[in-house]
Amino acid sequence: MPTGIRPVTDARQRQMAHPQVQAWWQALDCGFAPVADVFEECLYEALSSFDKAQIEAYIGAARFIGKLGRGPEPLLAFLEEWPAVAMAASGDQEPLLPQVMGAIRAMQKSPNSAAITPFLQTLAAVARRLQSAEQIELYIDIALNLMARTSGSIHGHHTTFASPGLPAFFEQAPRLLGLLSTAGLRNWTEFGIRNHGSHPERQVEYFALKSADSRAVLQRERHGTLFADVERTLDLYLRALWRDSELLVPYSTAFDELRRPVPYYDKLGMRVPDVFDDAHGPRGAVSGLDRYRAVLAHMVGHRRWSTAQIADNWSPFQRMAVEFFEDCRIETLLIREYPGLRRIFLALHPQPRQDACDPETTSCLRHRLAMLSRALLDPAHGYTDPVLLAFVQRFHELLSAGESGTAEIAALALAYVTQTRRPSDQLATIHFDDTVIDYRDDNRQLWKFIEEGDEEEAFDAERKLEPGEALRGLPPRRYPEWDDASQTYRPDWVSVYEALHASGSAADIDRLLQKHAALAKHLKRLLDLLKPQDKVRIRHQEEGSDLDLDVAIGSLIDFKSGATPDPRINMSHRTDGRDISVLLLLDLSESLNEKVAGAGSATGQTVLELSQEAVSLLAWAIDCLGDPCAIAGFHSNTRHEVRYQHIKGFSERWDDVVKARLAAMSAGWSTRMGAALRHAGHYLEARRADKKILLLLTDGEPADVDVTEPGHLRADARKAVEELSARGVDTFCLSLDPKADDYVRSIFGKRHLVLDRVEQLPERLPLLYMALTR
Amino acid sequence: MANKEQFLVKAEPYYQVQGQEVALYEAAYHARLPVMVKGPTGCGKSRFVEYMAWKLGRPLITVACNEDMTASDLVGRYLLDANGTRWLDGPLTTAARIGAICYLDEIVEARQDTTVVIHPLTDHRRTLPLDKKGELIEAHADFQLVISYNPGYQSLMKDLKQSTKQRFTAFDFDYPEATLEAQIVARETGIDQTVAAQLVKVAQTARNLKGHGLDEGVSTRLIVYAATLIGKGVTPRDACRMAMVRPITDDADIRATLDHAIDATFA
Repeated sequence: MPTGIRPVTDARQRQMAHPQVQAWWQALDCGFAPVADVFEECLYEALSSFDKAQIEAYIGAARFIGKLGRGPEPLLAFLEEWPAVAMAASGDQEPLLPQVMGAIRAMQKSPNSAAITPFLQTLAAVARRLQSAEQIELYIDIALNLMARTSGSIHGHHTTFASPGLPAFFEQAPRLLGLLSTAGLRNWTEFGIRNHGSHPERQVEYFALKSADSRAVLQRERHGTLFADVERTLDLYLRALWRDSELLVPYSTAFDELRRPVPYYDKLGMRVPDVFDDAHGPRGAVSGLDRYRAVLAHMVGHRRWSTAQIADNWSPFQRMAVEFFEDCRIETLLIREYPGLRRIFLALHPQPRQDACDPETTSCLRHRLAMLSRALLDPAHGYTDPVLLAFVQRFHELLSAGESGTAEIAALALAYVTQTRRPSDQLATIHFDDTVIDYRDDNRQLWKFIEEGDEEEAFDAERKLEPGEALRGLPPRRYPEWDDASQTYRPDWVSVYEALHASGSAADIDRLLQKHAALAKHLKRLLDLLKPQDKVRIRHQEEGSDLDLDVAIGSLIDFKSGATPDPRINMSHRTDGRDISVLLLLDLSESLNEKVAGAGSATGQTVLELSQEAVSLLAWAIDCLGDPCAIAGFHSNTRHEVRYQHIKGFSERWDDVVKARLAAMSAGWSTRMGAALRHAGHYLEARRADKKILLLLTDGEPADVDVTEPGHLRADARKAVEELSARGVDTFCLSLDPKADDYVRSIFGKRHLVLDRVEQLPERLPLLYMALTR
Repeated sequence: MANKEQFLVKAEPYYQVQGQEVALYEAAYHARLPVMVKGPTGCGKSRFVEYMAWKLGRPLITVACNEDMTASDLVGRYLLDANGTRWLDGPLTTAARIGAICYLDEIVEARQDTTVVIHPLTDHRRTLPLDKKGELIEAHADFQLVISYNPGYQSLMKDLKQSTKQRFTAFDFDYPEATLEAQIVARETGIDQTVAAQLVKVAQTARNLKGHGLDEGVSTRLIVYAATLIGKGVTPRDACRMAMVRPITDDADIRATLDHAIDATFA
């Protein structure tokens, strides 16, 4: 900027109090008034941690930032935040400064310079979370990677559009790093880049933590013990140790920074946090699982031993004291039941220093009660306050006789409040450090109010249906989808809607069966030959696998006594009875409407009609065999709408109702195979059968309109097949696509058959089933 | 005739009386009524029968039933020897001849058609026809039939026919209540009473999970095993894991819960 048009209020003329500061101000060469206002203050803060050379570097960097042409904000952010960043990274700015300046330069050179301000503004908070220069470097790497991959270009060689998600990412960074490790952050960012890289609005929503999948991936990548992983263990814990059982409902701890929710229980269930990190206190480590157990044990204690008290006549202080005493009473009883709990409780319970709170200037009520609570549980508490010791003594006397009771302990608590009351308890500054005991619930069940209070009660307001939003059919079931590139699941990615298939005329199907009467007769002969599966012993065999001792001895006796012995002294095993459940899954995508090419074209049938005939014959054949069989069709219209249509259930008979549904079979849309396989698999899994078979009839490879990556749905389908086989469901694919050899093997392995001549389908499908189950 | 002496119970078996069962059994025996003892595995059914045989001074013939057992395994069969064939009494026949208590352990394990051979012995007839031999045995005046079974089996295949069930008087056994069970464990193995009580507490946590992933809780027998291990110098935690947790489950969640219960109990 030429000197001539400098504004009159140029802050360069500003005089600083100290000559040295004045020299640095000159070095900064900055004309922004807001910067001049805070410069001295920032510098004094920097002086407390930097030596002279470091200050020079600091001023140098600031000068560069001030001249980027982005206004005063980036410079202000840098001047104010940098000393804190350096402090967090163990006081040394040496390795960090070039990194940060490099990142700023990179953003300045690309269209992303608007992100510099949020980057600098949150850097201090990020540094406080990360605590080391290496970690901060990693964080910068992740951010630059995000920038490079989401900045758009028009003709391929210039990056012309700013990364939409980058500013949002910087704004969320401190919160993200509170929940994620840098590795988790990298995965979370990766997911956003890959799935929303080409959609600016969704990308912003993702990186601003506003979209559902963003939160879901965040939840998955969190560190600590996730509730979802230990839910069953906790359920067993309640049953086994406490003979209690209750619905456990997790609440989210990720998005509520100001009002941290506290565990509680009511008639709808026990509310626990969705994740617990391992706790490392001075008294030993407690695993996340054990923290959950402590929370549950505490609530169980209240349910067992606490009775609700009428709260109207007590002051908030009195109520707080009663809560502390009562919590300690039930914990004492819990420890009496299981002595091992003492270690967990004490490791989680804070141990306030006796002199941590100054009663002259602060309200020490919480501090006193926390110390008392510690002393009541910990025989080795080491506190010396005589009143505290006296009440500990009285508490133990009360409990030595038995369980005592809430009313009795409340009386003791009130006496304590009376004896220890101080005028300073009313002060506004309250001592909170080391007084929060996070495994205890909020004690809402301990109180009942005769008069209606104005306390917030609508914690779980029932969601009302919007006008015009009617419930149609079943709510969707969500399934994950496998992302082969990152080797992770995309959580809750696909919505499967399930419905009964529409009905047509059952007579049509009977007519089809009539048409294939000759084939049916042939099948019938084969069906009669099908071998059953269960093992049965056959005795009196001349040759067999085992000697039948009773018969053998009888024969020998006959022989010795001169009679003709029976030579059939062996026994063998044969199989009898079948225990097979089969689910026939039909791909009902648009391509089924195509006419059959080749030899069958003379009849002018579509693939759909042929499938209908084949499925009818198969259903009839399976019905003859008596195997439980279900039939369902699926098609999809993006990941938000996979339709799964019931044609026949396992327990339904092969009757007119089912035939009518089969007759109405129609095709449309695309083939999202993985979700349909998972959904069908979950039905098969619930069956009790020795062998569970999922037979898929399809005419093409998995595809959907919202998927552009080649091979993605194929990889997902393969993963779904793997999942099913791990859970005891055998999948077999019959493909009508003559070119299927390329991909069907990669999805189903050896368990597939490609049918070249589609017109053979009605004959081949039942034969295939018989061959599979022989 | 088999030697009666060998079937006598020599020393008094330790049995902790829980209620009226001894008097009731004696009454049933005096009337020679067949008795059925029901209860979960390892709760002391066999020990009770042994104790009663000792108390009444009767010989006891025990048959552990299994699926491959045939009627002739109970009744008897012809065997071969140098001179031709020789009849050998089965355990049931022997008991009927010498006037012993015949105890068919876990009767549902035998197939139902096998079980039918006991029917003539269990009603007013008190006879056992040996059709192969052409003999009809009148049961000895002191003969009594006792069967045990565990109704906990969820299998529909393993149940007694109504016609069999309705020939017996029955006792319902269960694990004793906690203090009594601790006494039993302490007495049986000689370990400290408080340790025994802790073992029982761990076992009860497992019993609470019956039907929620466990088919059967930890039996008194397993507690006794754990106590025995402790008596041999094993630490209580290891003993519990080895004798009370690992045998009953392969489920990782249940194992974690029970391991935690052990840690919480032996602080």
